[in-house]
Amino acid sequence: MPRALSRGEENMLLEESTLFEQSVKGRTGYSLPPSDVPIAEVPKGILRKESAALPELSEADVVRHFVRLSTYNYNKDAGFYPLGSCTMKYNPKVADLTPTFEGFANTHPYQPVETVEGNIKLIKELESYLAEISGLDAVTLQPCAGAHGEMTGILCVRAYHESKDDLRKKVIIPDSAHGTNPASVAICGYSVVEAKSNEEGLLTPEAVAKVMDEDVAAIMITNPNTLGIFETHIKEIADIVHAKGGLVYMDGANLNALMGISRPGDFGVDVMHFNLHKTFATPHGGGGPGSGPIGVKKMLVPFLPNPVCHPHKSGDLPNSPDSRLRGNDRSIGRVKAFYGNFSVLVRGYTYIREMGPDGLKRATELAVLNAAYIKARLSQDYYVPYCTPSLHECVFSDKFQNEHDVKTLDIAKRLMDYGQHPPTIYFPLIVHGAIMIEPTETENKAACDAFCDAMIKIAEECRTNPDLVKSAPKTTFRKRLDEARAVKDPRLKVARKCGERCES
Amino acid sequence: MRYLPHTESEITEMLKVVGAKNVDDLFTSIPKDLRFKSPLNLPRSMSEMELVSHLKELSEKNNSSASSFLGAGAYRHYVPAAVKAVVSRSEFVTPYTPYQPEISQGTLQTIFEYQTMICRIFEMDVTNASHYDGSTSTAEAALLATKLTKRKKILVADTVHPEYREVITTLLRPSGTEIVLVPHTESGTIDREFLKAACNKEAAGFIAGYPNFFGVVDSLPELADIAHSSGGLFITSTPEPISMGLIEAPGKLGADIVCAEGQSFGCGLNFGGPYLGIFAAKDKYLRSMPGRIVGETVDTDGKRGYVLTFATREQHIRREKATSNICSNEALCATTAAVYLAMLGKEGLKKLAELNFNKAEYAKSVMRGASCVMRFSGPTFNEFVVTLKRPAEEATHALAKKNIFAGVPLSKWYPQYKNELLVCVTELNSKEEIDTLAKELSPLL
Repeated sequence: MPRALSRGEENMLLEESTLFEQSVKGRTGYSLPPSDVPIAEVPKGILRKESAALPELSEADVVRHFVRLSTYNYNKDAGFYPLGSCTMKYNPKVADLTPTFEGFANTHPYQPVETVEGNIKLIKELESYLAEISGLDAVTLQPCAGAHGEMTGILCVRAYHESKDDLRKKVIIPDSAHGTNPASVAICGYSVVEAKSNEEGLLTPEAVAKVMDEDVAAIMITNPNTLGIFETHIKEIADIVHAKGGLVYMDGANLNALMGISRPGDFGVDVMHFNLHKTFATPHGGGGPGSGPIGVKKMLVPFLPNPVCHPHKSGDLPNSPDSRLRGNDRSIGRVKAFYGNFSVLVRGYTYIREMGPDGLKRATELAVLNAAYIKARLSQDYYVPYCTPSLHECVFSDKFQNEHDVKTLDIAKRLMDYGQHPPTIYFPLIVHGAIMIEPTETENKAACDAFCDAMIKIAEECRTNPDLVKSAPKTTFRKRLDEARAVKDPRLKVARKCGERCES
Repeated sequence: MRYLPHTESEITEMLKVVGAKNVDDLFTSIPKDLRFKSPLNLPRSMSEMELVSHLKELSEKNNSSASSFLGAGAYRHYVPAAVKAVVSRSEFVTPYTPYQPEISQGTLQTIFEYQTMICRIFEMDVTNASHYDGSTSTAEAALLATKLTKRKKILVADTVHPEYREVITTLLRPSGTEIVLVPHTESGTIDREFLKAACNKEAAGFIAGYPNFFGVVDSLPELADIAHSSGGLFITSTPEPISMGLIEAPGKLGADIVCAEGQSFGCGLNFGGPYLGIFAAKDKYLRSMPGRIVGETVDTDGKRGYVLTFATREQHIRREKATSNICSNEALCATTAAVYLAMLGKEGLKKLAELNFNKAEYAKSVMRGASCVMRFSGPTFNEFVVTLKRPAEEATHALAKKNIFAGVPLSKWYPQYKNELLVCVTELNSKEEIDTLAKELSPLL
């Protein structure tokens, strides 16, 4: 297979063709034992006529292919990854190990319950830890991701109102919310009412009172919000919503700012989701799997998804393991098959047990310190749209750089030339050209400094040599990719042969 | 604390730059009465040694070594060491979603190749980068059918995985969509007459299991014709995709949307998750599909590269008008499937499927010899239903004491099948194990 070096001989980044281009008829990468049973005849009507056109490769071909591809990825184990709102903290290696223990990895979801006591104990304990951290009464670990948790939580809200014959139609969502919030609410059959944050980046009781009425099922609030700012009026806002019969949902994406410092259940939240793949250090896997448990106050417990977990004291085994598997009539029903993303739960459990109560609180404190430090270091060179003190993340914009015709996207791409992963960009939507930075607590001062130094250098380049920034990145495996072309001329899989339509 | 790198002197230095006296000062924006004053009531921190031994002990409270014939949506298959070696690399495990394509080509090309293999396996035009599992991909397909047809009813075979059906019910309830269960016949296949009568202008489509929950392989073209006759979509849901090495692909048999559980493609059991939701469709549904999609393009040097594409369908752009709320998916499971399938290759998938089929047919024959009754007469792939003479639930508990997981009792979902047991046989079950199972079951017949 001829391969060319990508940028001359100064590096070893090899070009890698697709699996299909490398396929050689008759080559194999599998190993199966000889059959110890007779060959049976397949009924003609069901038989596949033509084998699926999978590539034909040896094991070494496959391993090398994917190892080469892997080298094109930046990743958390390689360094700083300051994506705001994503909480890209270091993923402890011991938490990679524990889910692979045979006793966990080889258990089947339908084996008799008396044979999975260890799994059930772990599930119950993790539920109790999350309940304690959030100040809520009960937790389900079923949802597989944050958005899945949002949907599950809002369905519980819906079921709660329905149980009172109170069919409400709207959910209030602040303008600073994650994109998943409105989408999750829409799936649950609600329309979205926007609440505007003020010039300090805060949601005011007045803004909420203006849109709150008896047709509003809930408010969906992120705290700290997507500017990293703690919603100081949260208690008052919750009171306004509760007074009109609504519930308070909290998007827990930013829980890393609060552990051991303040508990959602104590400031008026009735239901929230957790992101184990953010706050509790489970890896993102290039997009997933995550885990998005939800916690609820007592009145929502009857509506939690099946199979139902009963409230319990910390560390208790359920009286009968069967209690986990019992359905609940008022439940919203199942949100997935089986019991949640179990091996992600094992990782989250491992992390919490290693950190302990003091470690979790310290993690929050240092995450906030890192963000405050970066904010202080960059606020001369980058515009700070909101001066209100923020917690675990900070938001800048490209306002100063716009004067030199440079945009946030250019700054993000230029960071790559400095070996830095860009922050989250163009979010939150309320900040034009937003640059949202969340360092997390696992990064040391030198890492924060290296990132800040690169950002300051780029700000200087914007003034002196804007074209350099606008044409970045120069040093990455691929330069800027043509996203418009990907839509105009869709190629969503490897074409089977010449002339085959790429889309089909 | 080994994950917290700050030294006291660094903290002091950083606080100075920030202009704060101490760490507590950083939290003054949180009103005093909302501060949590006591320490969290959690168990104390553990060292790695303690942690490993604690979790080992917990894991050993489970039985993970029984002779197992459990399937029903979660299948035991051998996963080659090379799959684990590749997929456990930090470069695949620890990146975020590939929103910055210049530094994410590894994940993007892998998912692009995954999409290609999934399309070829199911003979479909387009697929996405994954859903949470087979239940949620099937439920999203049901939702899509109701949106596309603007119809408020959907037909679901009662032989679709019962937990998938429960998830469909959960997801469709807010829109007030009626779910009509289509019954099965003595052969375990769809009751055609019922389906014909139920398929009308109000029905958004029909969802069939393939193979279904009883392991039975139905004849799809007839079902597709009935579903299409009234303008509805024909959707299939496959809990065991290794079957595709042996039975005809649903894309060749009239399916508009194909959903599947990809766990069998190297993901392991893991007590039910994380698994891999597969969603594939005909071209014309591309713009209404849920989930992330990777597409090929070029960079400014004209070099081939990959990006997330058709993002205007998605929640972060379209917000409440998005085709789905899905954001995080099961990318690492899709990566696992890509590596697993590339190793199996064209021949391997076929050979593996044949081995599963032969073992299951052998199990059927020895059980018949032990006077077991097969509940359904339709053809099966690697699982089948046997009728015992006593409740299957009792039988499974009795055999569990002998370290055999004999199968999944159907009574939990099908009260009429109190004595029926769903038995799954894969390449991991030896002839000897199968013989033992038949022997142990025979006193229960």
